[in-house]
Amino acid sequence: MDPKLDLLYRLADDQLILGHRNSEWNGLGPILEEDIAFSSMAQDKLGHSLQLYNLLHNLGEAEPDTVAFTRNAPQFHCCQLVELPIGEYDFSLTRHFLFDHAELLRFEALATSSYEPLAQVARKLRGELKYHALHANTWMKRLGTATEEAIERMQGALNFTLPYALGIFETTEAEPEIISSGLFIGEAELKSRWLESITKILAQTALDMPDLNLLTPVNGGRYGQHTEHLQPLLDEMAEVFRLDPTADW
Amino acid sequence: MYGSASTHDLPTTATTGLENEDPILLAEFEARIARGEKIEPGDWMPALYRKQLTRMIEQHAHSEIIGSLPEGTWITRAPGFRRKMAQMAKVQDEVGHAQLLYSAAETLGKTREQMLIDLINGKSKYSNVFNYPTPTWADSNVISWLIDAGAIVNQLANAKGSYGPYCRALDRICAEEAFHLKYGHDAVVHMATGTPIQRAMMQAALNRWWPAIMTFFGPSDKMSVHTEILMRWKVKMASNDECRNQFLDMYVPKIWEIGLTLPDEKLAKNEETGRWEFTEPDWEDFKRVINGDGPCNAERIAVRRAAEENGAWVRRALLTPKTQYVRPLA
Repeated sequence: MDPKLDLLYRLADDQLILGHRNSEWNGLGPILEEDIAFSSMAQDKLGHSLQLYNLLHNLGEAEPDTVAFTRNAPQFHCCQLVELPIGEYDFSLTRHFLFDHAELLRFEALATSSYEPLAQVARKLRGELKYHALHANTWMKRLGTATEEAIERMQGALNFTLPYALGIFETTEAEPEIISSGLFIGEAELKSRWLESITKILAQTALDMPDLNLLTPVNGGRYGQHTEHLQPLLDEMAEVFRLDPTADW
Repeated sequence: MYGSASTHDLPTTATTGLENEDPILLAEFEARIARGEKIEPGDWMPALYRKQLTRMIEQHAHSEIIGSLPEGTWITRAPGFRRKMAQMAKVQDEVGHAQLLYSAAETLGKTREQMLIDLINGKSKYSNVFNYPTPTWADSNVISWLIDAGAIVNQLANAKGSYGPYCRALDRICAEEAFHLKYGHDAVVHMATGTPIQRAMMQAALNRWWPAIMTFFGPSDKMSVHTEILMRWKVKMASNDECRNQFLDMYVPKIWEIGLTLPDEKLAKNEETGRWEFTEPDWEDFKRVINGDGPCNAERIAVRRAAEENGAWVRRALLTPKTQYVRPLA
């Protein structure tokens, strides 16, 4: 695949699917303020994915609605982390923390991409992502230093989520060209910046950072291999859209 | 969205306890209201006023969070980016309204936690329309347009009431609801003027929702309990029938204009009286549903209960000794 398309599909699909998942917190948050916060972030992520699908459309791909609402799981390039069900708040918060730190650093780096349209989008998005990371940090620090119960839950969630989070950085065959053409710094560099960033926050909590060398990354998502959770999500997302594909909704 | 707070649970003996109030303070309180002044949280107020307002604002807040559920289930199914993002934002507003309203109610002395406990235990009510199902995307659109429209009629009236924190919350809520109305109208028009599948979906949804919409403002004034004192205290600002008639005046022509029909052959405006005539809603059924026996009561409360239970550990973690509960000022 063309390196630009390869990169853009990964970015856009991650944002779409996590945005969709975050929106499922409506009515279910531990406090109303968190229903609202997750909804805000979900809206941002949907908006980000739309901007990225628009870049793809400008490169000759189908309309954003078609791309988002008519593909099936094997055609999606998101990492498996984003497609997991929302579970309980400890998991959703931990996913949000691990993913959004990577996203913030990713879009900060993309702000100087050699592909100017992407650089422009990145410069806009990074401002919003800063707030997502800030929100995650606040809650990680709060719950990660609170009651024994909360610390235990957050530690469990961190241990469970980290292997999936490592899947964010799975590379594709286009990686060497993505780096050499100046499109993006590359996943390895991003991962090392991410590690530094999350370690700094976790150090301010009672949580232990597991040894990443002992973890096996959950890969495959970038190649269309997904958990059993993605296809039902896509079916639900397209339920109305597919009722009448000729309609303007 | 959903302030049909005037629809239920008005006290049957509205003078209860007044004989225990200090007559001078009471006269002063009533004079302030008559002059159009707002009552603020620290001000003296009769116990009945406090009780009634707490109940009313609390029910309104519950209606917002329970009301976010039937529309919320369509966020993940909304067709296309534009609708998906708008539906999310719309439903998020409703949860935000709940947050505002719980704060307003808390100024009267009851905590949010206690209100939520009363909700899941069935002690407090919420707008009855949310005990009906939304089986299609079109149902969600009907709520966005017409239930929100009804709520605006109700809330604009209540925003002129006497309790400062509630009025200020309602002013902010009404501003956002005005956008919901546009969003809902746009979605309904798209469907009503769309493909045959879309038109049929929309008509079916409207037929399903119309009986519930007709009960939205509560029982007919003929059946209503004595509310004179609540009107005098500017707790209740307009009668159920006034609100219903205003709603029909504003929206029935708009519904007909886009080629939809309403499932009531009697529905027509009497030009002489200026009042709409219609088939009397089934108030027995209304009562039955309010009292817990509707198609979705159990499901709505179960979702809320699960959210409360699953999130309890987070709230426990936040309650460190340094962060004791503080009642909001206004």
